[in-house]
Amino acid sequence: MKRIAAMFLVVLGLAGIVWSQATLSINGAGATFPYPMYSKWFDEYHKKNPNLQINYQSIGSGGGIKQVTEGTVDFGATDGPMNDEQLKTFQDKHGFGILHFPTVMGAVVPTYNIPGVDAALNFTPEALAGVFLGKVTKWNDPVISGANQGVKLPAEDIVVVHRAESSGTSYVWTDYLSKVSDEWKTKVGKGAAVNWPVGLGGKGNEGVTGTIKNTPNSIGYVELIYAESNKIPYGNVKNSAGAFVKATLAAVSAAAAATAQDMPEDFRVSITNAPGKTAYPISSFTWLLIPEKFSDASKREALKGFLKWSLADGQNYAESLSYAKLPKEVVAREVKAIGKIQ
Amino acid sequence: MATSTTTVPSAGPVAGSRSFLSRIREGDEIARMITFLFAASVVLITLLLVFELWQGSVLPRHKFGFNFFRTSVWDPIFDQFGALPFIYGTLVTAGVSLLIAVPLGIGAAIFLAELAPARVSDTLEFFIDLLAAVPSVIYGLLGVFIVVPLMRQYIQPGLKHTLGFLPLFQGPAYGVGFLTAGIVLAIMVIPYIISVSREILLSVPRDQREAALSLGSTRWEATWKVVVPFARGGILGSIFLALARALGETMAVTMVIGNTPTISASLFSPGYSIAAVIANEFTEATGDLYLQSLIELGLVLFILTFILNGLARLLIVATSQKGAGMGHT
Repeated sequence: MKRIAAMFLVVLGLAGIVWSQATLSINGAGATFPYPMYSKWFDEYHKKNPNLQINYQSIGSGGGIKQVTEGTVDFGATDGPMNDEQLKTFQDKHGFGILHFPTVMGAVVPTYNIPGVDAALNFTPEALAGVFLGKVTKWNDPVISGANQGVKLPAEDIVVVHRAESSGTSYVWTDYLSKVSDEWKTKVGKGAAVNWPVGLGGKGNEGVTGTIKNTPNSIGYVELIYAESNKIPYGNVKNSAGAFVKATLAAVSAAAAATAQDMPEDFRVSITNAPGKTAYPISSFTWLLIPEKFSDASKREALKGFLKWSLADGQNYAESLSYAKLPKEVVAREVKAIGKIQ
Repeated sequence: MATSTTTVPSAGPVAGSRSFLSRIREGDEIARMITFLFAASVVLITLLLVFELWQGSVLPRHKFGFNFFRTSVWDPIFDQFGALPFIYGTLVTAGVSLLIAVPLGIGAAIFLAELAPARVSDTLEFFIDLLAAVPSVIYGLLGVFIVVPLMRQYIQPGLKHTLGFLPLFQGPAYGVGFLTAGIVLAIMVIPYIISVSREILLSVPRDQREAALSLGSTRWEATWKVVVPFARGGILGSIFLALARALGETMAVTMVIGNTPTISASLFSPGYSIAAVIANEFTEATGDLYLQSLIELGLVLFILTFILNGLARLLIVATSQKGAGMGHT
């Protein structure tokens, strides 16, 4: 018995030595919204490259930016791009910059619970901004009913539900509202957490959905992925070309494609309220944050390899998980940008 | 708790009669030093905690000063941070929960300790301890799926109908809000009150009851006028344990309070608590001022707990001195 135990220990020790020599481990942290996509990617990529293990903690976009700036992780991930001040902080601390790489896209959809109304409602930007500013307070307000001819909307008070905790979903939603409403822009602004003028806070997508289900005449917003996987009905939103568009993966990709030609060099672009008749207006990229310089050459090459794979084969996993693929133009530009990592 | 500190000096005279070396050899001194270190570490951890919270909140303390406690705008985009609605929400929900939990908890404890047969009492105690061990997220889920719909459909309209003239019960019934959070918290803290109070009541010497009964009092008079006052210190202790839990509870509260920083006389109004906002916003807080304001909220919660605990101690001391023989603190 003792001999078996000893042999077991020796084998374990040898395995440990072999394992530690061959496996390179890279750590990342950040956004929760793309987490299902990333964990699928890291898992598939690990199967193809058993020597590389990428660990990802979905601690939130703010945490991702913070940790990659502190240097406690090798890369970060965020739903809202880093602002100029954050980029400067990174530059000052490390002496080199950080790159944004869009990975996939998602959308945020308005969802509601009005007893007696089963039809998918049409929302104009004015209606959404008015409701979330607390100015449109009844469901039968002309600004809502005007876009929904034939639907009988009740004369009831609207209960607004938003995310309680900071989230990329709120960032995309408020980014959109800031673009379509000057009043929203000056009074509230865009961010993962804002000072909501009205409404109840639900914790997480499930908290928002639960509150809406429980509260008659309520409205809120959730991620498209969440609405799809939980069969939650959602409304159409009028885009900048004047068409009411249902959030589909194709409509999200269309929004990204429409903005691809004006894509800035650093990929920090918002695709809410994108031009184009088929574009869904509340769409967004999500980004990986990769430092420009790596002192460890093996890590650098491994990450570059992974990025190339994620832009090519990796994109094929997106739609089965309800994320929209990157448009070809964006992929081509990102492949070029990988060369900036040194 | 007070009894543990009195054992150290009482060992003094005995220990003093031997030499330091012999005390080391016999282990007394070593045991004393080691346990002293353990006890000191509690103080050290508390001080470090305050120090870190203080250090971590330099920016908002300098920028807002005392206004942090007076203003009620919480706006991460425009860098305006005021803690008042969170302090209010924390105190109101904890207060409501105690209003409900104290009579229920103490009543149950009296029944279990004084009136119920021992077997029933012990069986129920097992369930109560089980309740105390349920994770708060479970209570939060029950709150969202059961308490909130009940509140919105029946309890809040009912209260509005009967007591609607009071400002406490006005405004739209969302289901979530101060009252709901208070009720869920009450459910969570009742086991603490029952469990601790029952133990205290059971430890009241038997001759106290017998003396009262022999003087011709009824069983209830003996319980209410003799046993309960005797155990008052310990019962108060259980209430403050419950209060501490209610003040710091995060998960269950954030799921049912509505997460809106408002100050409203109506208990139906959605609100927010300190622990809930920290948990909700800490992960994504970008910008130093924002992050440090959340840390300062942590400091505020610590101070609140400190003040309330201090008051609790004072209250216990004051009430124990009034009557004779208050053995439990």
